[in-house]
Amino acid sequence: MLERPMSEILIKAAGVARHYRLSEHRTLRALDGVDLEIHRGATIGLVGESGSGKSTLGRTLVGLQKPTLGKVVFDGLDTASPDRAALAKLRRQRQIIFQDPSSALNPRMTIGDTIVEHLRVQGWTRADARARAAEMIEQAGLSAAFLSRYPHEISGGQRQRAVIARAISTDPAFIVADEPVSALDVSTRAQIMNLLRKLQADRGTTMLFISHDLSVVAHMCRDVAVMYLGRIVEIAPRAGLFETPRHPYTAALLSAIPLPDPVRERTRVRTVLKGETPDPAARPSGCSFHPRCPRASELCRTTDPKMRPIGDRQQVACHHPLD
Amino acid sequence: MNEPDTASSLLDVRGLEVSFGRAKAVDGISFDVRRGETLGLVGESGCGKSTTALALMRLLRDVRLGGEARLDGVDLLDLDEDSMRARRGADIAMIFQDPGTALHPMIRVGDQIVETLNAHIKLSRDEAHRRAVDLLRQVGIAAPEERFFAYPHEMSGGMCQRAMIAIAMACSPRLLIADEPTTALDVTVQAQILDLLRELTGGLGMGVILITHDLGVVAGMTDRVAVMYAGVIVETAPTTALFANPAHPYTRGLLHSIPKLDGGWDEPVPTIPGSVQGAMELSGCRFVPRCPRASEACKAVPALREIAEEHFVACWNAP
Repeated sequence: MLERPMSEILIKAAGVARHYRLSEHRTLRALDGVDLEIHRGATIGLVGESGSGKSTLGRTLVGLQKPTLGKVVFDGLDTASPDRAALAKLRRQRQIIFQDPSSALNPRMTIGDTIVEHLRVQGWTRADARARAAEMIEQAGLSAAFLSRYPHEISGGQRQRAVIARAISTDPAFIVADEPVSALDVSTRAQIMNLLRKLQADRGTTMLFISHDLSVVAHMCRDVAVMYLGRIVEIAPRAGLFETPRHPYTAALLSAIPLPDPVRERTRVRTVLKGETPDPAARPSGCSFHPRCPRASELCRTTDPKMRPIGDRQQVACHHPLD
Repeated sequence: MNEPDTASSLLDVRGLEVSFGRAKAVDGISFDVRRGETLGLVGESGCGKSTTALALMRLLRDVRLGGEARLDGVDLLDLDEDSMRARRGADIAMIFQDPGTALHPMIRVGDQIVETLNAHIKLSRDEAHRRAVDLLRQVGIAAPEERFFAYPHEMSGGMCQRAMIAIAMACSPRLLIADEPTTALDVTVQAQILDLLRELTGGLGMGVILITHDLGVVAGMTDRVAVMYAGVIVETAPTTALFANPAHPYTRGLLHSIPKLDGGWDEPVPTIPGSVQGAMELSGCRFVPRCPRASEACKAVPALREIAEEHFVACWNAP
């Protein structure tokens, strides 16, 4: 949301692919050549359906997974071959917030111990780590009393606040938020969204915000990338993406979202896609969206479309983009 | 609500109570579902939506049930287990959130449909098989003859949900309860499943209770809505009226806290402060700790009162 004027690239994925070998002849390409640059202080939204590779990309960008091909460059540092000191910095500087705060916290540790342990691994003294934990839990909107609670004693929203407190405790430059509000109820969801926006504005943290919910992404990010079957198929400023989606898949995603407005909901024309996302281990030829695409032509069946600029700062990988 | 038109109501629930030990998960709710109508039951986790559904299906163990739930005049809560079993699947059927766990993993999908058919209708083997294949076709499963022999793990989440719908619809129930039927699905698949449900239940005069936390789904799918909070219904109204004039502060909060797709992106999203409290701890209106309008009057439990045609709200301070 709040972007800083400087336009230095903090993290960059270049041709990043992640393959899983299922058997001798079958390879699942969870990521299939992704290029993405995120500027310092910016938040990019990443949307797509299950199996599109959003989480794999997020995990690869924070270093939880190594790319099979391509590279991730963080703050000018190739993350593939860092020395020990660089590795420590990379760990500290890149953090991730997961969807389900219950499984992201150790049920047998208090919230305070969880944050302290996280800092101790980074070389903090116990006393400093304790003080820091108290400071962070308050930044995440909870009182210091929560430090002595166990995860099961607090609500889902409070747990997600604790996970956020842990993530920001090392002052990371880059955070991947992987569906951070998807497991939460509507009213709690709004609270956590506002917290993340505030932290982002106050600290200038660079963020990749992953969600299947486009309306959540709209509130969190100026720029949005859409993934389908392991690739980014469209990337654009949010207004452009929502008002003039260029990729037929983006348009279909938008039209499938139920609107909380009975009058509009009953009159709108939907593009309901045929079928479901294909198995990423059996990727269709040419453009991988062609079997479901209302605009598919012969060209789409044979030739893979490359990403190209279109309109105002928009980029699309499609042979027949929408006007 | 207080005096429903019983002539046209299919399901009539009066003062339904579900208690687990000392905790009342559902605390005396009343609503009705008319023939051919889809009623949305909305609220956040823990408000008692699913417990209500499971109580109507009599699928809860070790609970105390109170009140009555008449399906075409017969009180479901009063039936012995055998008579209830005869009705489950035949008169009243349910679709669950996660089709992956609701289907039996080791029985072929087609056989699971046949099992439901055989439980209620006398059919020959061939006839049951044919009916099952027809049902798979009706729910939009391609190559139903082959899919009959598929196991759930061989199908996607969307396909499994279609199969669940086929099982639920097998005996043309009078009442269908769909508990978050599309929550586990991707949005493009959700659109397909909602279309399917609309199409299948539309012409049959079937009553549907659609449980969901997604107000977008409610807007597109339901005729009337009941909003639940901490075990009670706090507001009920025709869908368009509820979205146009929400009266209960909780309903208003819910509607406002949905992130919008078309603007206001740089404003903070409106929130409801706090989170749902345990039902046991409070006397009076349960929404008080989170309510912007709470007053002295709220120490007494508010009952549903009619504020416009078919629009009921349980709040002392609602307009």
